[in-house]
Amino acid sequence: MNAPLLQVSGLTKNYGSTPACNDISFALHPGEVIAIVGESGSGKSTLLRCISGQMEPSSGAVAYTHADGRVTDLFAASEAERRNLMRKDWGFVHQDARDGLRMGVSAGANIGESLMAVGSRHYGKIRASAEDWLSRVEIAASRIDDSPWSYSGGMRQRLQIARNLVTAPRLVFMDEPTGGLDVSVQARLLDLIRGLVRNMKLAAVVVTHDLAVARLLSSRMMVMQNGRVVETGLTDQVLEDPQAPYTQLLVASVLQA
Amino acid sequence: MAPILKIRKLQKTFTLHHQDGAEIPVLENFTASIEKGEAVAISGSSGKGKSSLLKLIYGTYRAGGGSILVRHKRTWADIAQAEPHDIMDIRQHTIGFVTQFLRCVPRVPAEVVVAEPLLERGEEESAALRRARELLAHLHIPERLWHLPPSTFSGGEQQRVNIARGFSARFPILLLDEPTASLDKKNRKRVFELIEEERGSGTTIIGVFHDAAERRKASDREINLD
Repeated sequence: MNAPLLQVSGLTKNYGSTPACNDISFALHPGEVIAIVGESGSGKSTLLRCISGQMEPSSGAVAYTHADGRVTDLFAASEAERRNLMRKDWGFVHQDARDGLRMGVSAGANIGESLMAVGSRHYGKIRASAEDWLSRVEIAASRIDDSPWSYSGGMRQRLQIARNLVTAPRLVFMDEPTGGLDVSVQARLLDLIRGLVRNMKLAAVVVTHDLAVARLLSSRMMVMQNGRVVETGLTDQVLEDPQAPYTQLLVASVLQA
Repeated sequence: MAPILKIRKLQKTFTLHHQDGAEIPVLENFTASIEKGEAVAISGSSGKGKSSLLKLIYGTYRAGGGSILVRHKRTWADIAQAEPHDIMDIRQHTIGFVTQFLRCVPRVPAEVVVAEPLLERGEEESAALRRARELLAHLHIPERLWHLPPSTFSGGEQQRVNIARGFSARFPILLLDEPTASLDKKNRKRVFELIEEERGSGTTIIGVFHDAAERRKASDREINLD
């Protein structure tokens, strides 16, 4: 079997004396999508920030296996190495698109910047790539020079996805990617993400409180409560045969809607 | 003939933590061996765990005890113990499941829904779509619907898309959970033709069927859970 893409071992993050994440371990394989579910305060967003290198954990390790087989220990690596990894191999989709976009520059520049960060210099190619990606996330090419401020919430989120995926990363972290959007917009976005993840064979870690999002996007789930993982398994296992009392409560209260 | 599935002392109880920890026993010490190429009908009265047994074999329900050994890629895998990653591999290559309901993704066209199991296995797109269209036509889904997402289809049409999906990628073992429920006579006949074709090509079938007549038609033997 292939080496895992990401190996998280014994990760703990304390805020003061309170553990937000407590001794969490899991492996993510290439092309696999895992959903981390739980209510607000369960520690899922803290976990995501730690494993994506945005926040240093109190203890534990995160190992990333590169395409060529090299392994980087995320928190033992230099800041430069970590930045390079995050720019080239990883993407991060924030819940609020304003955190993931540069709102002061045009939509096209938001996509172009990602390409320039990994070494593209040819203006014509960058522009063509930006146009291609706008159409892939269903934004009219005529909006390429507009500011993201003029975009709707759903469009901004799609633009943020284009900005992240244009460099063909191997792993994408998503923090409530459909949170805060209208239900009709959510369905379209989810469908788009699902298609892109499948076609690009991306691995992804998706944090969500919405079991329907997990059902649609992920093959595996981790359920968190009070900073601990209370249940893991295949998505259909966790949703159809939940074992932990908390998961049973979660499934019973959501799926009846 | 060699066995392809060996179930030993399988145990399943649901514990409902929010109903005072109520325990619902489903299977107790269930043992069975199924040969390669056999067609087996699971029978028994309602609530005896027929569908649950299929879901245990598919790994959707987690076994409380015992083992479910399946012949997978020239070795034996125990579904009762397997890691999620291994179960996904088993589902991609060894065990297929025709479930009762289609889980719709809002914007995926019917023909792609049907072709997906083949595409996931890495099959070429044009060949996968060809197989999907054959199945849709066989199950009387009008051609004008093939490009549309099934979320807008009638219940019967959705069920037929679901059946087509279940039959598209050929698996060594195929699980069927009342595949003809909610279908009319003409389409029921078409589903039995598909089952017949699978049996002819050596697929092992394990199914729950609507009644005794269907069981006789689709299987070589019966396992009764009563």
